[in-house]
Amino acid sequence: MSKAQQSYGREQVVQIINSVVSKIENVGGDATTTGIFKELKSLQRVIEEARADIGSTRPTDIKEKHIPIATDELDAVVESTAEATGTIMDCCDVIQEKAAETGGEAADTINNEIIKIYEACSFQDITGQRITKVVATLKTIEEKVGKLIEILSHRLPIEEGEATDGDEGKTIEERLLNGPQMPDKAITQDDIDKLLEDF
Amino acid sequence: MTVDKNMNVLIVDDYNTMLRIIKNLLKQLGFNNVDEATDGSMAFDMVKQKKYGLIISDWNMEPMTGLDFLKSVRGSNGDYKNTPFIMVTAESKTENVVMAKQAGVNNYIVKPFNAETLKTKMQAVLGEFH
Repeated sequence: MSKAQQSYGREQVVQIINSVVSKIENVGGDATTTGIFKELKSLQRVIEEARADIGSTRPTDIKEKHIPIATDELDAVVESTAEATGTIMDCCDVIQEKAAETGGEAADTINNEIIKIYEACSFQDITGQRITKVVATLKTIEEKVGKLIEILSHRLPIEEGEATDGDEGKTIEERLLNGPQMPDKAITQDDIDKLLEDF
Repeated sequence: MTVDKNMNVLIVDDYNTMLRIIKNLLKQLGFNNVDEATDGSMAFDMVKQKKYGLIISDWNMEPMTGLDFLKSVRGSNGDYKNTPFIMVTAESKTENVVMAKQAGVNNYIVKPFNAETLKTKMQAVLGEFH
């Protein structure tokens, strides 16, 4: 963006329009100025509506809450599939060793099937790479939203209100359904057992 | 030409799962001397210190990618300069294959792959083995 363009940002445009509208209102005028006045009023309304729309999307929530949660969840998917795949391959190693000790046609069959399991485990690498790409995209969106907030923050009407948790309109039961918890936020089975015992 | 199955093979991938898969498949093919690296720079240090008969490397790794690793190997003056190099990657665009070929790769395997594909590509690079 050039310096000339920067010097006429959204704020300045709104100020100019407000100023012109105010002057025309004070001065009054003929049909031509009335026409201009109507156009400017219309433009003013469009800008105010756009501002309200952007505010209602709560860009701060998108940057500080929704996207970080989504990326954390996706990272957890990669981690848990890697762990599960590791366990599957550990089991395969044990089965292969036992089959080798046994020998014979059955051992060959087992070995061939184990190879297929190993081949199938490459899903973890592929899904991991795909999820990493999605996380990178989300981080790009996060940056863009951050820049949008920097530009508009003090002019967004919703920012002055109470923060929302995104659960508006949900029943109590629906609010309880959050799916698997992140490891650092989840309570253990032991904690749950203890909690139940205390009832 | 007889393929020496006792040769050292270097496999490079930033995913532990993939390292285990390739190592196991190589074991099934009779190649037991397998070393592992998790990125290009680590792998490049290893080829400078030990003679490898084959390198099997992923592309998408940090800090050094498989392509940069390949370029480092091919651009060097070391006796490892011409080590057979197979790229195993999820990058399946034509331009990726072309770029890898121009950098001196011997063969290119797209993930996911199976044991038969690995064997076929290894034979294309090293010669027939059973």
